[in-house]
Amino acid sequence: MKKLSLPELQKICSQLRRDVLRMVHAVQSGHPGAPLGCAEFFVALYFDQLHHNPDFQMNGKGEDLFFLSNGHLSAGWYSVLARSGYFPVAELKTFRKLNSRLQGHPATHEHLPGIRIASGSLGQGLSVALGAAQAKKIDQDKSLVYVLMGDGELQEGQVWEAAMYAAHYGMDHVIATVDYNGQQIDGPTEKVMDLKNLKAKWEAFGWEVIETKEGNDLASVIAGLEKAKSLTGKGKPILNLLYTEMGYGVDFMVGTHKWHGSPPNDEQLALALGQLEETLGDY
Amino acid sequence: MSLDLKYTYTEKKDTRSGFGDGFLEAGRRNPNVVGLCADLIGSLKMGDFQKEFPDRFFQTGIAEANMIGLAAGMALGGKIPFAGTFANFATGRVYDQIRQSVAYSDKNVKICASHAGLTLGEDGATHQILEDLGMMKMLPHMTVINPCDYNQTKAATLAIAEHEGPVYLRFGRPSWPIFTPANQKFEIGKAWKMIDGKDLTLFATGHLVWEAVVAEAMLREEGIHAEVINIHTIKPLDTEAILESVQKTGCAVSAEEHQLHGGLGDSIAQTLIRHYPAPLEYVGVNDSFGESGTPTQLLEKYGLNAENIVKAAKRALARK
Ligand SMILES: Cc1ncc(C[n+]2csc(CCOP(=O)(O)OP(=O)(O)O)c2C)c(N)n1
Repeated sequence: MKKLSLPELQKICSQLRRDVLRMVHAVQSGHPGAPLGCAEFFVALYFDQLHHNPDFQMNGKGEDLFFLSNGHLSAGWYSVLARSGYFPVAELKTFRKLNSRLQGHPATHEHLPGIRIASGSLGQGLSVALGAAQAKKIDQDKSLVYVLMGDGELQEGQVWEAAMYAAHYGMDHVIATVDYNGQQIDGPTEKVMDLKNLKAKWEAFGWEVIETKEGNDLASVIAGLEKAKSLTGKGKPILNLLYTEMGYGVDFMVGTHKWHGSPPNDEQLALALGQLEETLGDY
Repeated sequence: MSLDLKYTYTEKKDTRSGFGDGFLEAGRRNPNVVGLCADLIGSLKMGDFQKEFPDRFFQTGIAEANMIGLAAGMALGGKIPFAGTFANFATGRVYDQIRQSVAYSDKNVKICASHAGLTLGEDGATHQILEDLGMMKMLPHMTVINPCDYNQTKAATLAIAEHEGPVYLRFGRPSWPIFTPANQKFEIGKAWKMIDGKDLTLFATGHLVWEAVVAEAMLREEGIHAEVINIHTIKPLDTEAILESVQKTGCAVSAEEHQLHGGLGDSIAQTLIRHYPAPLEYVGVNDSFGESGTPTQLLEKYGLNAENIVKAAKRALARK
């Protein structure tokens, strides 16, 4: 596949943000904040980094896999999956509606291509990713396994069970990214339950940690993922601390937990869309 | 005075050993079978598999939630994971993980749960789960199996390896009569009529199938002819076999090492009430936790043995 240029990728980010806002607005429910902040990550991953096959195979043999552990970012994931060819872009309009394959939180139940496990109940995705990575190891399949978690999500104990497992078994073909936006539902993570020094925590658990300080700068995100990839195969699992801003791309949404799970009204949507260029055509 | 039993035994063994031996055999038959265990390899009898297939076995440490997620991930990669721990930690502790990552996601994971019920014995109520069948049978997509002895557990283990879809397999710790044949064919979802009768039906699962066999002989001495049906698969329930039997006998007893709320008895009651209302008496634990003691003492104290099945049978007959 021919690599897309930075401006081309940037256009997809803008469209992804429009998709997310229009999707949650249409059903007046869902989570816009975090997917807006992860647009660069989603686009960098699916359009630049992953060796993947939109002719979807559940077992993913021979291709890189991605798991979304923080399932409430579904709108962003659905957009990037549709825009990279997993299912028709028009289907985005069924998001969260009755009889849709695009459930509120990702599910395999309706057989939406691109999804391999349900998520929504936080804290489980790293374990699943490690299981899939272990299956690859048994099969001597060298491809990589990616997973995205929220920072608030790291308050779940299961994450640290998985963290221990990954280091113990030297799962060095796993790249976990933390959406380090510093926000969760009830407020800043610092206030809700302070995560303290995440880098030191993951290192203490035996992971190789890289920091992507500009998580909303596409070039930095790609550079971070490239760096992560270069560190695979060296005996340690890799953690990518991705500093993002919740609600990035819309001036009145950025940097606050207020838009974690609230949709814009008509007026707010119009204002927001005015700040985001329609580049690939709205669904 | 000795009873005229329709089934007898020469040897006793724990059902968990049936699991362990079946698991090893399943591993030999199919290279995709893999194992996980949360620091209870010896208790679950998974050690022989681990020794023979070290590359297909994963010690997870005491981290059951992670184990369930790992198993789901391995399953989506084409493996057939058998995840083992005590029944309490295999269900209650990880219900949400099973619900989302296994059942809702339709993953081919085998949850292997040992030390279920009161017969765990001296460890007491913290470990004696009596709610697991209920929790697991409520989950859409989940197959729930509770075999009765070493041989049936081994056969069930081999059968679930060949079955596509999530399974909860429940077995136990105590040494128990081996009264069903070795190398039996295990058909998931198919009840097994072990003894023909005409006056009432005894539906039993797990360790209590043996107690039902003993109860049948005791009832026969009094001229009562009970049919004994081994319900090894709680879900999908063989409603056809249940109805066919009760239509003939007119009343029934259910017997299980589980809470009355949500157990086998409730599933049978639901079937009868919808299709053929008939008196049904329950043998099970009545809304209480267990405690420390030997398995035999506990079964007696909580009313889960042959004597209590006989009493329940008489209650059912009186209501006919
Ligand atoms: C196990 C579990 N508990 C609670 C929730 C409800 N919930 C959904 S999102 C969220 C906050 C997550 O915070 P974070 O991971 O930082 O995501 P972000 O706020 O950045 O979107 C919570 C508590 C959940 N989905 N799962």
